[in-house]
Amino acid sequence: MNGIHDMGGMHGFGAIPDIDGPEPFHHDWERHVFAMNVALGGLGLWNIDMTRAEMETTAPEDYLAPGGYFYRFLLRMERQALKYELASPEEISSGVVSQPPRSGLSAMKPEQIAVMAAKGSSSMRPTENEPRFKVGDRVRARRINPETHTRLPRYVRGCEGVITRVQGSHVYPDDSCHGDENPQWLYAVRFAGTEIWGKNAEAGLEVVIDAFEPYLDPA
Amino acid sequence: MTEDDHTGQDHDHDHSHLTETESRVRALESLLTEKGYIDPKTLETILQTYEEQIGPRNGAKVVARAWSDPSFMEWLLRDATAAIASMGYTGRQGEHIVALANTSRVHNVVVCTLCSCYPWPVLGLPPSWYKSSAYRARVVIEPRKVLAEFGLTLPDDMTIRVWDSTSEMRYIVVPMRPAGTDGWSAQDLEKLVIRDSMVGVRQALTPADASAARAAGKGVRHV
Repeated sequence: MNGIHDMGGMHGFGAIPDIDGPEPFHHDWERHVFAMNVALGGLGLWNIDMTRAEMETTAPEDYLAPGGYFYRFLLRMERQALKYELASPEEISSGVVSQPPRSGLSAMKPEQIAVMAAKGSSSMRPTENEPRFKVGDRVRARRINPETHTRLPRYVRGCEGVITRVQGSHVYPDDSCHGDENPQWLYAVRFAGTEIWGKNAEAGLEVVIDAFEPYLDPA
Repeated sequence: MTEDDHTGQDHDHDHSHLTETESRVRALESLLTEKGYIDPKTLETILQTYEEQIGPRNGAKVVARAWSDPSFMEWLLRDATAAIASMGYTGRQGEHIVALANTSRVHNVVVCTLCSCYPWPVLGLPPSWYKSSAYRARVVIEPRKVLAEFGLTLPDDMTIRVWDSTSEMRYIVVPMRPAGTDGWSAQDLEKLVIRDSMVGVRQALTPADASAARAAGKGVRHV
């Protein structure tokens, strides 16, 4: 979606903050938010594309709120708790249990963390389809404006670039957020800065994005 | 600025906002714990894993080895996932890694404009600045100005290639090996490979930088 999260190229945000830290957390509550997010993901109710899609629906004023990155994580987890029927609105606002938990779910155990961290969760999937593009092909990013989740940032739409890597066949986020993995070929596409930003682009600028095949047409 | 003032808001407002957020986090955590969805011991293990065990020292070892061993460098640039896995660094938010070698002609910088994608197995959790609106918005349009804020100025005739991590591919920059390090052990080379150099916002430390930091009694910054 053309949401507040799609920030590439925006003006007005000022100097880079926190160059000298603290990191990665400013406050203890952020640590708890981070850990809760990982643990809740382990329930297997949602995938990363659903989580990102949900984050992108954050109201702009909340997305940019002073509480920052982990504050919006908190808001998103509260929404997910409601959406996936983990708790009622009253329970979320009071912090007090008043109804039984959703059945069939079990908390991640400490001994599962090392395995989870080391194994990860690859997005690569087999496909019968051959890749449409190869390294060196000139392509144009499509002008699409989906109202739901996509990983094609606005700043490259309509721009012409060149395929520099074929990255394999991966879960396609635009459909995976709706529960359909629909694997697509993925490509690194390099754009000249002048192509994206015009003739006054910074000297020597190139931007490379990873684009799924449905984002691209031959140029 | 103190930690509490990091937002630049007036102190009282920020404190009351902070207290409210803390309460909200505690309430959610206790609710989810009581309902059996999360286990506090698991939360501790998660934090220990990502605060103490997995961090940019991993990436520094990878880079130092690549600098020391041309055949490892070749493998790293050809198949970073496998080369890095051979050193024991694998997994979450780094299942598919690409290594980007800086040269005298091309300087690479990594960002995730859409969220905060970052190669956890080699660099640990991303620093706040990487996840900030300012970095996400600005580095794809004015990287030279952004790098200048980190103290790095590059010649106009260099290419600056900004990699926006829009998929599950994760990127690590291999900074150029500093001059004056011939014959250095991988262990000593590691100390020059600061975290920021593997994102691309700074170069690796020179031997002089590293000595100066030690002389000042400082740990190496931005590791």
